[in-house]
Amino acid sequence: MEFDLKRIDEIIDACGCEAKNLITVLQNVQAELRYLPNEVMEHIAKRMDISVAKVFSVATFYENFSLNAKGEYVIKICDGTACHVRKSIPILTKVRELLELSEEKPTTDDMMFTVETVSCLGACGLAPVLTVNDKVFPAMTPEKAEQLIQDIKEGKIEC
Amino acid sequence: MGFMYIDDMKVEFENEKNILEVTRKIGIELPTLCYYSELSTYGACRMCMVENERGGFEAACSTLPREGMRIKTNTPALIKHRRMILELLLAAHCRDCTTCDKSGACRLQELALRYGVKSVRFEDHRQKKPLDTSSKSIVRDPNKCILCGDCVRVCREKQGLGILDFAYRGSKMRVMPAFDRCIADTDCVNCGQCAAVCPTGAITVKDETDIMWKYLNDPTKRVVVQVAPAVRVALGEQFGLPEGTNVMGKIVKALKMMGVDKVFDTVVSADMTVVEEAGEFLERVAAGGPFPMFTSCCPAWIKYAEIKHPELINKNISSCKSPMQMFGAVIDELYGNDSERELVSIAVMPCTAKKYEVSRPEFTRKDGKRIVELSLTTQELANMIKNAGIDFANLEEEFLDAPFDMGGSGAGVIFGVTGGVAEAVIRECAKDKTTAYIKEMREVGVRGKKSLKEAVINVDGREVRIAVVHGLKAAEDLIVSMNQGEAYYDIVEVMACPEGCIGGAGQPFALRPRRDKRAKALYRTDNDMSVKYSSKNPETVYVFDEVIKDRNHEMLHVHYHRNEK
Repeated sequence: MEFDLKRIDEIIDACGCEAKNLITVLQNVQAELRYLPNEVMEHIAKRMDISVAKVFSVATFYENFSLNAKGEYVIKICDGTACHVRKSIPILTKVRELLELSEEKPTTDDMMFTVETVSCLGACGLAPVLTVNDKVFPAMTPEKAEQLIQDIKEGKIEC
Repeated sequence: MGFMYIDDMKVEFENEKNILEVTRKIGIELPTLCYYSELSTYGACRMCMVENERGGFEAACSTLPREGMRIKTNTPALIKHRRMILELLLAAHCRDCTTCDKSGACRLQELALRYGVKSVRFEDHRQKKPLDTSSKSIVRDPNKCILCGDCVRVCREKQGLGILDFAYRGSKMRVMPAFDRCIADTDCVNCGQCAAVCPTGAITVKDETDIMWKYLNDPTKRVVVQVAPAVRVALGEQFGLPEGTNVMGKIVKALKMMGVDKVFDTVVSADMTVVEEAGEFLERVAAGGPFPMFTSCCPAWIKYAEIKHPELINKNISSCKSPMQMFGAVIDELYGNDSERELVSIAVMPCTAKKYEVSRPEFTRKDGKRIVELSLTTQELANMIKNAGIDFANLEEEFLDAPFDMGGSGAGVIFGVTGGVAEAVIRECAKDKTTAYIKEMREVGVRGKKSLKEAVINVDGREVRIAVVHGLKAAEDLIVSMNQGEAYYDIVEVMACPEGCIGGAGQPFALRPRRDKRAKALYRTDNDMSVKYSSKNPETVYVFDEVIKDRNHEMLHVHYHRNEK
C-alpha cells in the first residue's frame, strides 16, 4: 500500500523533529491513517533520526497505538469493573456475533467495523458503556447495540 | 568525597557513580545481570539490591553513595530476594544448560549456582519461539532472553545503531529488531557486541567449528590459517594463563596438532596494509585530498559507512583491503592453484564481522570460491583446542611457517589495539626513521582508551592531524562534527569494537582492566620485535617483489559495490 509520505512529513514538522515528540507524531499519524503501517514507522524513524526498533518499541508499548488497519467505525466496549458487573460481556458477544468477529479477528472484511474491549472509559456512572469512534453510548444492552449498528450501517447516525 | 559503612566496614568513597562501584573497590562483587560500567545504568534486574539500616532495599547500581550511609550487602533477606529473582528468571528461561553455547560463561547460570537455586517451582507456559540464524555472525535465541537490555544499550550507546529494542509490554515484552524482523534484514553491521554483553545464551556468536573440523580431516584439502594480532593476547585467558600473555607460539603449535598445514601471522599482511595505506596517504597529500582518509580494516565500520555514509565509500575510506583479505589474496596466489590439494584459507580473528566480510562478493574469486573460506573467532579456536584435548597452557611453542616465519613487524602487531593502525601508518609515512620519532609517536596521543583521541604530528614538515575513534557512535559524532566544519583531520582510524580488536566480540568477553592488559601486551610485543617498520620487514619486501609484482591494485585494494545496482 502507498502512503502519502509528504503528509507524514507535515505532521512531523508540525510536532518538531526532536525524539521527545515521537509519541505526539505517532498519535497524529494514527489519527490520520487510523493505524501505524510499518512503512510509515520506518519513514518516521528516518526523518526523526530514531532507530526503527525504538519507534516500534514505543508503538507496541502503548495499547492505543494500532499496528493493524482498523475499520471506519471503531467500537470500544468497556469491560472495566463497573461495566462488567452491569453485563458488558453479553453486549460484546452480541456485537461480535452480528459482525462475525472475534478476539483474533477484530475488523470486518469490508473495513467498516473494528470491535475492541477497553478496561475503563472513565464513564462508570453510565455503565455499561461503549464508544463508536469518539462518541459515547451509555447504558447499553445487546438489543440497543444491535439497533446502533443497524443505524450506523444505514447512515442514520454519524460518529 | 566521604565515608560510608559497607557491612560495618568504614569505606571511603570519592566520585564513584553508585554504591556498586564502591563495593567493587573493596572487593565485594554484587551480583548483576544488567549492569555494565561502560553503559548507562538500567536498574532492571534488581540483583544488586543492598539493605539499608532501616531494613529497606536499595539498588546499588542506581544509588549514589551518601555520607554516613550504612548498608549491608548479604543479609538473609537479600539472599532470599536474589534467589527469588533467579527462580523467576529461570522459570521463564530455556534451561537446557548442557546444550547451550553459553554454558560455563553464562551469568545467569553462574548466579544460580552462587545463590544455590535448587529448584524452580513455576512452570514455563510460554510458547517456544524460533531461533534467528539469519545473521552471518550471531544467533539470537529469544527463549533465553532475560530482558536485561544489555544488547539494546550497547547497540544504541556504543554503536549508535539501535538494531534491537524492547517491544510490547508486561508479560509480552521481548527484545527484538523492529517488526520482529530477522537480523539479516536490518542494518546490523555484525560487530557482535550484543553477543559479547549478553549475560545468557540469548545472543551468541555463530559457531562454525564443525566446518573447520571437516576441512582438517579431509586429505584432499590444504588448510592454511592466518592468526590476527589481537588473538594472541586473549586466547590464553581461556586456559588459565595470566591475562595479557602473548601465546602466539602456542597457537601455532596447537593448530599444527589439529592438522593445519601452514600457519601464518596476519601481522605480515598488516604490514602490507601499512605500506599500501601509507602510500595512499602520501598520494593524497601530493594530490591535495580527499581528506580525511579513513582506515578500512574494520568490516563493521565499512558496512556502517555503506549504510549511513555511502558518500565516504570508495572515496574518503582507504581503498586498502583489510589485512585478512590482503593475506587471503597472497595465500590464494601462492597455494590456490594446486591441483593435488585444494586450498582452504582460514582466518582466526577477534572479530564476528569478519564472518560476514569473508562472504562479501568483493572477496570472492571468479569461480565463486571465497578468498578466505572461513573466519573463526578467538573463542571458537579456544573451543576447538578444548575439543581436541590439547593441554594448551603447557604447550611447547612452535614457530610460524616459511616464507613468513618472521611474523611481521612491530607496526603490524599494534593493529590489534585502537590507535595502532594510525600509529603504524604515520610511522611508515615519516622519513624520520629514528628511535626518537617512534617514541614521540607513542606520546603524541593516539594511544589510550578514550573513545576519541586526537593528535597532531609533524610528518616531514607537514602537520598531520589524526583522529582515532572506537565505537561507531564515536565515529558518527566525529563525522557530524567534521561535516559541520567544527573539526578537521587528515587521517581517521575507526574501529567498531571497544578499544579496537582486543575488545572484539570474538574474543573472550573483557571489560576495561582486562582489555588494558591485552593492549599493553601488544605494545610490549611491538617493543620486542626486531623490525619496527612495515616496509623494512624482509617478508614485506618478499611479498611485494616476488608475489604481488606490481599487481598491488588488483590484489591489495578493493572497490566496494554494495550500494551499486
